[in-house]
Amino acid sequence: MNETLRTFLSRPAGIVGLTILGLVCVVALLAPVISPGSPWDMAGMPFARPGEGGMWLGSDTLGRDVAAGVIHGARVSLLIGVSSTLAALAIGVTMGAIAGFSGGIVDLIIVRVTEVFQTIPNFVLAILLVAILTPSLTTIILAIALVSWPPLARLTRAQVMSVSRREFVHAARCQGQSAVSVLVRHVLPNAISPIIVTGSLTVAAAILIEAALSFMGLGDPNHMSWGYMVGAGRTVIRQAWWMSVFPGLAILITVVAINLVGEALNDALNPRIARS
Amino acid sequence: MIIISRLLAKLTGIVLAILVIATINFTLVHSAPGDPASVIAGQSGATDEKFLADLRAEYGLDQPFLVQLGTYIGKIARLDLGYSYRQRRPVTDLILERLGPTLMLTLSAFFLSLIGGVTCGALAGLRHGKWSDLAISLVALLLYATPVFWLGLMLVLVFSVQLEWLPAFGYSDMRSDSFGPLAYAWDVAKHLFLPAVTLGAIYMAVYTRLMRSSLIEVAAEDHVKTARAKGLGEAAILRGHMLRNAALPVVAFAGLQVGAMVGGAVVVETVFSWPGLGRLTFDAVTARDYPVLLGLFLVMSVMVIAVNLLTDLMQRLIDPRMAVN
Repeated sequence: MNETLRTFLSRPAGIVGLTILGLVCVVALLAPVISPGSPWDMAGMPFARPGEGGMWLGSDTLGRDVAAGVIHGARVSLLIGVSSTLAALAIGVTMGAIAGFSGGIVDLIIVRVTEVFQTIPNFVLAILLVAILTPSLTTIILAIALVSWPPLARLTRAQVMSVSRREFVHAARCQGQSAVSVLVRHVLPNAISPIIVTGSLTVAAAILIEAALSFMGLGDPNHMSWGYMVGAGRTVIRQAWWMSVFPGLAILITVVAINLVGEALNDALNPRIARS
Repeated sequence: MIIISRLLAKLTGIVLAILVIATINFTLVHSAPGDPASVIAGQSGATDEKFLADLRAEYGLDQPFLVQLGTYIGKIARLDLGYSYRQRRPVTDLILERLGPTLMLTLSAFFLSLIGGVTCGALAGLRHGKWSDLAISLVALLLYATPVFWLGLMLVLVFSVQLEWLPAFGYSDMRSDSFGPLAYAWDVAKHLFLPAVTLGAIYMAVYTRLMRSSLIEVAAEDHVKTARAKGLGEAAILRGHMLRNAALPVVAFAGLQVGAMVGGAVVVETVFSWPGLGRLTFDAVTARDYPVLLGLFLVMSVMVIAVNLLTDLMQRLIDPRMAVN
């Protein structure tokens, strides 16, 4: 583990990513302290340019503070990014582990279903799910999880299949351990590192899907989010660039940071690939 | 014989996929809050009790679940995707008239991203470790993390608002075709440029990264060393021994990305008011016009399956080995 940590910290990309991501997390956690009050409240004149009226990122069409929105938006993005990835991991790892470990007809069925889910346009399915189930944090997380699990399932399946052939797994079987115990105690722990890497990249993808959903008007109406802000500022971009530029930058920076962390994690956890 | 059995396997795969999609659609209608009939009606007909009763009868909503699913799949098989009570037109008609612009946008973005990505990735891979590689890789990293709708808006801000080079939205400015077909095509092309670049750029970033690492891997292979040892020029080595091998995984991956690309087209069409399926999706979302949404999901999925077949064919053209397997 120490070696892993050292490799991770020796990558400049990892440090830069982790620092930015840490900052975004702090902003999200302390949002009510940094920017007290609701980001939905009017804070000044509408269409105030950045710097005007004490609002350093300007105000939107209804006079809401863009900076307050960007700060509070971090909460929704991170919350949805992490929880939908956890849900996707739960579905994907379970499906992949069952398929890879049991083989036969069960494997065939799971592989076929995964393939279908991978072909259909993800984002369109997410739109359909959220629109019909009505937008809320729960339905958005559910929708993103339902479109994000297939790659995780495929990866887990491949990993479980390759680890299952190793000698220590045969040894555990010969000892008479139950199939579930062999899978959970011996196979999965040795199959997990690439899954962690892909999982970290799934968080970034989930944040982008959430942003696109709320841009289309399918965000949770009770929570300020970056995608919503860009969507709201879109129609007045000729007069007021700042309303859409800053929230978009926030998404870009957060996603870059997560991708950098994911790449450094990849180098640290899969040393064989990193060295070549 | 092999070809026929492969074709059969493909066909069953497609039929299976369509069945799964239809089942997802149908389950969704039933898991929505409220009466399935009011979902089918969209919000427009929710108040009229007689109208809802008629719908229930037409879709057999008083029948058991499996019978209803059968009715629904039967309708799809007859290309009946339901009726939009908002727009007062059959969903199939609404979708068909928007299919062209979306195909145009998605296909141009697809080829743009593939050609651009393979070129940039090859350039970066050849100059592995030099500053031009670093610059290309950095841009790819940033583009890969950019929300597609935001990239579109930024391009509008630069090229339409500031520079006034290209139109910001729409399909064509011409009200009549009295200017001649050539002028019309030029006008549409000008409108297509920004949306296609927006959609293509994100995927170009992905393919660039993939092509770069793929080319670096191929460059280290023995047959490339042999070619160099026998005195072949660098250009000939690249053309004859490296590019094809390195591009293969990229094309294979690009085929898998088409589904995501169609999803991206929804967002891009919303930004640029491009009159395709994506714009129709946005309007249907705003109006909560569920029959249109359900139909769109089905049609877009079929579109993706069709393009997947196409990329499969493309791979076979690049790699003769695949025709044998």
